[in-house]
Amino acid sequence: MRSYSNTYIFIFSSIMVIIVAALLSVAAITLQPYQKKNIEINKKQNILTSINIESTAKDAEALYEEYILESYTINYKGEVNKAGDAFTVDMKKELAKQIEERNLPVFVSSLEETKQYIIPVYGKGLWGPIWGYVSLKDDLSTIFGANFSHKAETPGLGAEIDTKDFQLRFLGKEILDEQGRFVSVSIVKGGTADPNSKYEVDGISGGTITSNGVDAMLKDCLSSYKPYFKTIKQAMPEIDIENVSEPVSN
Amino acid sequence: MSAEKEPLFSGKNLKLLTEPLNDSNPITVQVLGVCSALAVTVKLKPAFVMALSVVVVMAVSNVVISLLRKTVPPRIRIIVQLVVIAAMVILVDQVLKAFLFDISKQLSVFVGLIITNCIIMGRLEAFALSNKPWQSFLDGIGNAAGYGVILLIVAFFRELLGSGTIWGYKVIPESVYDFGYENNGLMILPPMALIVVGAIIWIQRAKNKKLVESN
Repeated sequence: MRSYSNTYIFIFSSIMVIIVAALLSVAAITLQPYQKKNIEINKKQNILTSINIESTAKDAEALYEEYILESYTINYKGEVNKAGDAFTVDMKKELAKQIEERNLPVFVSSLEETKQYIIPVYGKGLWGPIWGYVSLKDDLSTIFGANFSHKAETPGLGAEIDTKDFQLRFLGKEILDEQGRFVSVSIVKGGTADPNSKYEVDGISGGTITSNGVDAMLKDCLSSYKPYFKTIKQAMPEIDIENVSEPVSN
Repeated sequence: MSAEKEPLFSGKNLKLLTEPLNDSNPITVQVLGVCSALAVTVKLKPAFVMALSVVVVMAVSNVVISLLRKTVPPRIRIIVQLVVIAAMVILVDQVLKAFLFDISKQLSVFVGLIITNCIIMGRLEAFALSNKPWQSFLDGIGNAAGYGVILLIVAFFRELLGSGTIWGYKVIPESVYDFGYENNGLMILPPMALIVVGAIIWIQRAKNKKLVESN
């Protein structure tokens, strides 16, 4: 076997690395627009699923245009920000900020002649991030639909959160109690949820950490919208009388 | 270098292509690359894309390594092999993300894990480093196809019995379900892939006596 000098090995590896790096950068740059487009369509599909509309990669954009009326971001006081595009907000980055600096996205859709408010949620699963969209009916308490996705949860266990079966469990649950206080929906141990409770959902047996992650994610993310919910409710007096007795001060 | 020119598809070359399909199949005989065979065979479509990706990665990296075989310093040959495979895998991954986003989502980390697929490293080390590009190309295609065929067979049965579909289309009519038939949930879980692979090995050995150890 021929022996090679260290210089040769060094030059050989340098050239190899440079060629490979150049090749991969060119590929990454040329393919990026397509990949971005795919991610965007995927996001639109997820938002549509949260209001219970099935879409394919082809019709997602048209359906999104049809059903999503508007989208905007709000601040921690619940005021709508003038600037800012809700669609491009990265929840991960927003949640890392102080609450005062967060831009919280809201998507408003129109179905069955009422409005739905779609709130993005983002949290931690067992192996990586989990995220999703929760849509609320116009009483801002009843869950109209939910969609969850995950990066790397265990297949067959935690990964079940992205199945219809799990997401349908949230339908009709409420995040405000009878006094209008924020209670969120709790995810309890699989099979133990009280079927009459409006605030409990069965978790996934064997996917406890992921289920807890969804639970924490809903509490964290939805609670930052409390002030906003209040502002909207005040704009709708008829619901105020029905549901909210008196804002609890404590 | 031998002066005589061998025809492109001589018997010996064809053997490189066909042998891995049966007598030296990477999964059922050499038992390499089993991990990904368990993971991506729930449905036929991702399995097909996975098999195709492996064919591309394997054929190209075999050729590249074979072309470089006289210049690669033996001391860093494993690193060189890894760089070539990794570069190919990243390229394939990027292309999937751009044009087959849904499937790329289903395959998730497993495309990246092609890098660690023992079949590829094994063929580079055992074959491409000491053979000419054309033979290496055939060897790569052959071995990847041997891997892919098993993947598709396993995926076929898992999708049929686990989800009642083939290639995403429903094949088991609704009336059968009305009679009380249910999809076998176990088929979707990884252990069942191992059992299906085991069954394939069993059938293959029953048919092919060459593979049966004599002791």
